Amino acid sequence: MSIFSLLPELWLLGLVCALFVASISDKKQSVASWLPMAAGLGVLAALFALGERGEFLYAAYKLDGLSQFFKLVIAFGFAVVTGIAAGNKEGKDLTPDYFMLLALSAWGLMLLASCVELITLYLALELSSYSLYALIPLRGKDRRAAEAGIKYILFGAAVTALALFGLSYIIAAKHTTYLSGLAATSWSFADAPMAVIGLTLFLAGFFYKLALFPFHFWCPDVYQGAKNETAAYVATIPKLGAVVVLVRLAAFVAPHLEVTTILAILGAVSMTAGNLAALVQRDLKRLLGFSSVAHAGYVMLGLAAGSAAGMSAAAFYSLAYILMNLAAFYVVCAIAKNDENPSLDDLDGLYKRAPALAMILAVAAFSLVGLPPTAGFAGKLFLLSAAWDQGYHWLVIVAVLNTAISIYYYLGLVRHAYTGESDAPAIVWPRGYLIFGGALAVLVLLLGILPAPMYDLAAQAAGQLHP
Amino acid sequence: MMTQNGFPVVTALIVVPLAAAVALLFMRREWTVRVTTLAVGILECLLSLPLLGYVPDGAAFQFVEKADWLPALGMTYHMGVDGLSLYMILLTALMLPLCVLGSWTYISKRVTEFHVCLLLMTASCIGVFAALDFVLFYVFWEAMLVPMYLLIAVWGGPRRRYASIKFFLYTLAGSTLLLAAIVAFRQVGGTFSIPELMEKSYAFKFQFWAFLAMALAFAIKVPMFPFHTWLPAAHVEAPAAGSVLLAAILLKMGTYGFLRFCLPLTPAAAETFAPLLIAVSIAGIIYGGCIALGQTDIKKLIAYSSVGHMGFVTLGIFLFSVKGVSGAILQMLNHGITTGGLFMMIGLLYERSHSREIADNQGLGKFMPAFMFLFGVFSLSSLAFPGTNSFIGEVLVLIGAFQGNPWVGFAAVPGAMLAAAYMLRLLQRVTWGEPAAYKPSWGDLGLREWVTLAPLGILVFYIGLAPALCIKTIEPSITRVLSAMEAKNTAMGLHKDMSMAERFNLAAPLAVAEAADAVSKEHP
Repeated sequence: MSIFSLLPELWLLGLVCALFVASISDKKQSVASWLPMAAGLGVLAALFALGERGEFLYAAYKLDGLSQFFKLVIAFGFAVVTGIAAGNKEGKDLTPDYFMLLALSAWGLMLLASCVELITLYLALELSSYSLYALIPLRGKDRRAAEAGIKYILFGAAVTALALFGLSYIIAAKHTTYLSGLAATSWSFADAPMAVIGLTLFLAGFFYKLALFPFHFWCPDVYQGAKNETAAYVATIPKLGAVVVLVRLAAFVAPHLEVTTILAILGAVSMTAGNLAALVQRDLKRLLGFSSVAHAGYVMLGLAAGSAAGMSAAAFYSLAYILMNLAAFYVVCAIAKNDENPSLDDLDGLYKRAPALAMILAVAAFSLVGLPPTAGFAGKLFLLSAAWDQGYHWLVIVAVLNTAISIYYYLGLVRHAYTGESDAPAIVWPRGYLIFGGALAVLVLLLGILPAPMYDLAAQAAGQLHP
Repeated sequence: MMTQNGFPVVTALIVVPLAAAVALLFMRREWTVRVTTLAVGILECLLSLPLLGYVPDGAAFQFVEKADWLPALGMTYHMGVDGLSLYMILLTALMLPLCVLGSWTYISKRVTEFHVCLLLMTASCIGVFAALDFVLFYVFWEAMLVPMYLLIAVWGGPRRRYASIKFFLYTLAGSTLLLAAIVAFRQVGGTFSIPELMEKSYAFKFQFWAFLAMALAFAIKVPMFPFHTWLPAAHVEAPAAGSVLLAAILLKMGTYGFLRFCLPLTPAAAETFAPLLIAVSIAGIIYGGCIALGQTDIKKLIAYSSVGHMGFVTLGIFLFSVKGVSGAILQMLNHGITTGGLFMMIGLLYERSHSREIADNQGLGKFMPAFMFLFGVFSLSSLAFPGTNSFIGEVLVLIGAFQGNPWVGFAAVPGAMLAAAYMLRLLQRVTWGEPAAYKPSWGDLGLREWVTLAPLGILVFYIGLAPALCIKTIEPSITRVLSAMEAKNTAMGLHKDMSMAERFNLAAPLAVAEAADAVSKEHP
């Protein structure tokens, strides 16, 4: 065990420091030229550290299969977001400190992936959230962004208080904050009522991050108010942090306990509410916001199942979710004019104006529906089969019926792009940055056609939690 | 990968169009794109020739290819051909070059993308018919929606947006529950492999719900009355090649699904629901015929006639007799050939007159004799005139119906008469009606058009005059399915006059010996 096993975290911390230096230096130069490349090296570092195992800081910080898997995904997502942001040449707010806050938040999430002790976990969560509180209002002098920032921080503060309150109950009932210690005890309501209430409240903190019903109200508003690039980040990477913690926590509750039933019900309500609300949206970012509420619901299928298959399905699905959502937001960022929010009508004729973007959008949309052969389908199949195996038949039926609801608005994206007519000029988008979108689309397809390597990795990670 | 015959025939049939589709994206000139796709189409037909070496009395599944896909969940890449799927695959391969030729001048915008869609359709349709893994089947089943949607939405008629969305929503919504059924079968049967699932027998309660979930997906695809409303809209708006693929191949997926999944996997539930499905089929036959009688749009007329013809197919399937089912499979093939040919011809007519109304296309017999000759051949085949292919299929289904229950046979006969009424009315007006909009510039069939239609025309007579060859190939597979079904139902203790409540108490018997035998012959 050496310091090198922490390479992904250290690399990102180094990036934060470099960006800090760049932001206080007198020469106001753009960091966009080197940042995507440096973040890409971070992906390599995470890949290198994939097999690392060990414990640090009195076993509060643990490198295991799950944490290394999620670090890889976070590093990848961060690299893509910086790539998308670097493609935006007009953005005036994309200063070094913007990127520094972004990197700091990603760093917090990376730490979160490794935390196996409740207080450490809470600190890592706050580390990633604080930089987001500062990031969201950064959009020139836009009032909507200020509103979004306030909404995010108010909701966040309230839910954090709730989570801390729950944490106190858990400590009081179980006398330990180590997850391994907590896992060894019973979590049925009859045996430990106070701990179950505490855990439910503590979970709420992560439901908020994940935008699960009824903690989702901030989500569409914040996406709409924040800069397109910020929305791309907020919609994807922080969800990973929430999923990794929920996977860790769900590993010690068995299916059909009170807590798991709550997860299942919230999941069912969340997907239905998210999909129904998304049907009427015109603003692309709001639409994707409600769609992410629905997808948070799908992830609950795996968590409620509580089995090793369920955990690996949830981990796999969050990877698929990141890929397809980043692809969708990539297109949103690319078609936005003057940093405005694009609406569905802005997609009209995209097929002629930017064929490559239209194709990327189509792949992302069909993957979000869960059509084969895409990553979205593979992930959904794993979730459904994990939930069905644990007896959640009703939940599976609700999930597949939700697919039927969601087709309409996802197909709407493709319909506007391919059959809409528009006189708008062709979209100028630097060819070099097209590589990010193209790679995302290819990965979405590849992960759908050959899910085995990634699924095995996720299964191995989940197997360690759930022997 | 493990293959049975050394050369992976089925995989090649799927991979070649996919690779060609990717290659097309890098081609600039329209002519190159068309010629390449045509060449791939001809190659596809040649590649499918080895399938004619199918041995009817041999193993249940031949040309089997197997490879690991996702071992952790038991998903495999498993392909194979049997009597149920053999002719569907051949038909799919044949349709590709014909569609390219038929759209040579019809499609003039976004040519590359059009051909990419055609190739993707071909690949996924062959995948649907050859897949022997439940998930793999579902992947192809759904993957086919996207290119078909684009074919209608981008190259379709004036109401294409409406028609394409309706098509997509209807078919996808129907098949979402199929996914739940697949997941459920994995839990109960322990595998996604279709041959292995076929060996097992399931409790009636499970069969009941699984049958409903699967039948909904298949019934929408067929489409069975009353789920047919997407079909006329999609047919009318789709470009000629899209209509041809829709009629010739897509609709067959539904009936193929019934044969491949509902009968072998949920035999008791299929038996229970058979009266209902027979009634719905007859309703479809009569309804489709009546509505077709009142159409003024040629394409709509043929679309409604499809509803009627597919009613005969589902009727044949749910008779559960060898005659009925072989008639149904033959009718699937025939409907593909005949209706495919008719849609192709309507496309050619539309290129000339820019209208699909009967009134605008009247009295062409004098001016376009060759065209009318072929149109007549396909029309007569469509109304099941003796000597043409459809006659054989329809007669077999009717024989099966009269054998099973004469009342069912009597109820289906008016459908056959209606077919004669609407097709002859159409044929009469288009051939001998008062010429309304004819212009000398229209011209008779050109060489390319002859080449497009001739193979289908030859098949009409070939199957019509020598059907024994086809029937011989498919009959062993049908016997296998039906006898396994009967054996399972007997082992379960199901008999005809049981009440629903009693049926629900039927548990799954232990493995059924005959059914297991039939499948273990797969690798001799």
